[in-house]
Amino acid sequence: MKKILAAFTALLIVAFSVFCANAASSDDIEALSGTTLYVYNWGEYISDGADGTLDVNKAFEEKYGIDVVYDTFDNNEAMYSKIKSGGVSYDIVIPSEYMIQRMIVEGMLEKLDYSNIPNFDKYIPEKYRNPSYDPKNEYSVPYTVGMVGLIYNSAIVDGTPDSWSALWDKQYKGQILMFNNPRDAFGIAQNLLGMDYNTESVMSWKLAAELLKEQKQVAPVYVNDEIFLKMESGEAALGAYYAGDFLTMKDNNPDLEFVYPKEGTNYFVDAICVLKGSKNKLAAELYINFLLEPDVALANAEYICYASPHSGVYTNPDYSFYGNEILYPEDGKFKTQSYLNLSPDTLELMSSLWDDVKNYNVDEGGSNYDFFFADGSLGGADASAALTPEGSRYLVYIIIFAVICFSYVAFRYIRKKIREKA
Amino acid sequence: MSSRSLKAKLVASPYIVWSAIFIIAPLIFVAYYAFTDSSGAFTLENIFELSKYTTTFLRSVWFGIVATIICLIIAFPLAYFISQKTEKVQRTLVLLVMLPMWMSFLIRTYSWMALLQDTGIINSFLMKIGIDPVHMINTEGAVILGMVYNFLPFMITPIYSVMAKLDHSMIEACQDLGGNRLTCVRRCIIPMSMPGVVSGITMVFVPSVSTFYISQKLGGGSFDLIGDVIERQFQQSYNYNLGASISFVLMILILICMAVMNRFTGDEEMAI
Repeated sequence: MKKILAAFTALLIVAFSVFCANAASSDDIEALSGTTLYVYNWGEYISDGADGTLDVNKAFEEKYGIDVVYDTFDNNEAMYSKIKSGGVSYDIVIPSEYMIQRMIVEGMLEKLDYSNIPNFDKYIPEKYRNPSYDPKNEYSVPYTVGMVGLIYNSAIVDGTPDSWSALWDKQYKGQILMFNNPRDAFGIAQNLLGMDYNTESVMSWKLAAELLKEQKQVAPVYVNDEIFLKMESGEAALGAYYAGDFLTMKDNNPDLEFVYPKEGTNYFVDAICVLKGSKNKLAAELYINFLLEPDVALANAEYICYASPHSGVYTNPDYSFYGNEILYPEDGKFKTQSYLNLSPDTLELMSSLWDDVKNYNVDEGGSNYDFFFADGSLGGADASAALTPEGSRYLVYIIIFAVICFSYVAFRYIRKKIREKA
Repeated sequence: MSSRSLKAKLVASPYIVWSAIFIIAPLIFVAYYAFTDSSGAFTLENIFELSKYTTTFLRSVWFGIVATIICLIIAFPLAYFISQKTEKVQRTLVLLVMLPMWMSFLIRTYSWMALLQDTGIINSFLMKIGIDPVHMINTEGAVILGMVYNFLPFMITPIYSVMAKLDHSMIEACQDLGGNRLTCVRRCIIPMSMPGVVSGITMVFVPSVSTFYISQKLGGGSFDLIGDVIERQFQQSYNYNLGASISFVLMILILICMAVMNRFTGDEEMAI
C-alpha cells in the first residue's frame, strides 16, 4: 500500500513537472511581478482608458504586477529601422504582415510558446491561422485585420466611384489624397494595372511608377494621418485609406462615403510578435494572452475601429460594429491581395522609383507615359538624367542672388579703396 | 600659469566630452556611412547617386535663401523697435516673440495646415466678407511661410540682443554731426548690429535648408526638400548610406555658404 502511494506521489510529481515545463505555473508568473515589459505598437492602437474605455496596459499591470513601457511608431519601416539600428530593446512589437515576414527571414523574431497563450486556440478561428507570412504560425498572433478602400466626399464627388482610377480624375485636381509611403502608393497603381503586389519584375515596378507620375497631373496631396483633417473638413474629395479609419472620419463628417474598388485592394494583418533577445519572454506571452481575453479584445476593437480576428469579438452582438459590412465583408466578396516581403533589390528599386515619383514635375516633364510605350524603353524623361527645368530655374535664382551679393561687396570694397586714396 | 590653464581645461572638460560624444562621433558616423555600401566596403557610389537630387538640393537652398531674406526684412525693424522701448516693455515684447516657441514646432506647423487650407479658417473668413478664397495650402509659398513663421524668433533674438547693447553715444554723435534718421540707421545702426544679423542669418538659413516636416505638411508632399529625402532614407528605405551621403554633402554646402557669408560680413564691419 505504501509502495502504491509512493508510486502515485511520484507519478503526480512527474506529471506536475511535465505540466510545469509546458505551461508557466502560477509561481513563475508571480515571480514576474515587478519586472518590466517593453511594448512597441502603432499609435492609437490600443484602448488607453480615454472616455471611460478600458486602459489595457493598466489592467495588465494590475493583474500581473508587471510594468508596461509602451511606445508607438507610425509606420512599419520606421519601426524596423529603429529596431535594426540596435539602440532599443523591446519585447513585443505589432507590425504588419510583410514586415513580419521580413523580420522572420532576418531572424529578428522569437518563436512563441503557445502553451502560454491558451487563448489563441480558443479564439482565433482557422481562417486567421497559418497565414502566408508565417506559414506555420510560429511567430505571430493576429491583432487586427483590414482592407484599404476609397473614401470620398459625397458633397463634392458626383455619383459613386467604383474604381481606383477615380484618384486619377482631373475633375478633382488638388483634392485627391494619396498614401505618403511607397508600398501603399505603389499598391494602388498595381491594383489598377492588374499586377501582383509582390512582383519581382523591374519592368512592372517601373510601369507602376509611370502611372504614379501620371497621377501628378491631378496634383495629389501625399498624406499620412493628415487625411483625417483633410477629409473631415471637406478639403479633399477622394482619398485611399483604411476601412477602420473611415468609420472614425464618418463620425465627424457624415458626407463621407466608402467603397472597395472593383480592381481589388490590399488586405492587411497586424500581428503581435516577440522580438528575438526579449529579456522577458514569459511576460510577453502573458501579455499576448491578455490581449486575447474577450473583454480586452473587445475594448481594443471598439477603440481602434479596425476589424478583429478574435471570434469572441465579431460574434458578440453587443459589439458596436457587429455585422458591419465595411469592416467584416463576406469572404471573397472583394478581390484582395496582401503585401509580402520583397527582395532587397526590389525594395531598393521601389525606394528609388518612389523618389522619382515624388520629384517628378508634370508641367515640365511632359507626358512620358506615351513616350515609354512608343519606344518600349522606360524612364524617358528620367529625373535622374540631368538638371530638370525646375532645377535650372532655382539655379538661375541662386546665381542671380550670388551675383547681387558679390557686386555689393565689390562695390563697397572699391569705394573703400577710393576713400583711402583720397 | 600652468595651474590656470589646467583649471581652464577642467572647466571646459564637460563641454569637450559632450561635443566629442554628441557632435564629433556622429559626424564620423555620417562620414563613414556616406563612403561605404551596405556591407561596409568603401564606395563612392552614394555620392555619384546624388546627381539625381540636384533639383531638390537647389530648391532647398533657394527656399532657405528666400525664407532668410524675408525673416531679415521682418526681424531687423522689429528688433530695432523693441530695443527702443523701456526695459519693462522690452521684456514683455521679447517674451511675446518667444511665446510661440513654448508650443511644439510640429503642432504649430500642423495648425498652419488648418489655417491655410481651402476650407480653412482664413478662406472661410474671406468668403464671409465676400472675397474670393485664395488657394494657399500645398504651394511653395505655404512652405516658405511655414519656414519664416517657425524660424523668425531665431532672427529677432540675436539682432535684438546686439541692438539692446548698442552704444547710444555713437548714435547721438551721428545725430550731432548732422546725420538724419536714415543716415544714422545706414551708417551707424546697421554696421553696429551686424554681428547679430550674421548669427541670425545662420540660425535661420541652416534649419530652413535642412527642414523636412514643414514641406510635407504645408507643401502637400508633392515636392521634396532635401530634408525629406534624408528622412525617407532613414525612416522608410533603411538606406543609411545614401541618407548619410546626402547629409554629408548638405553639411558641406552649408559650411561653404557660411564661410562665404562670414567673409562678406567681415568685410562689412571693416567698412564702417
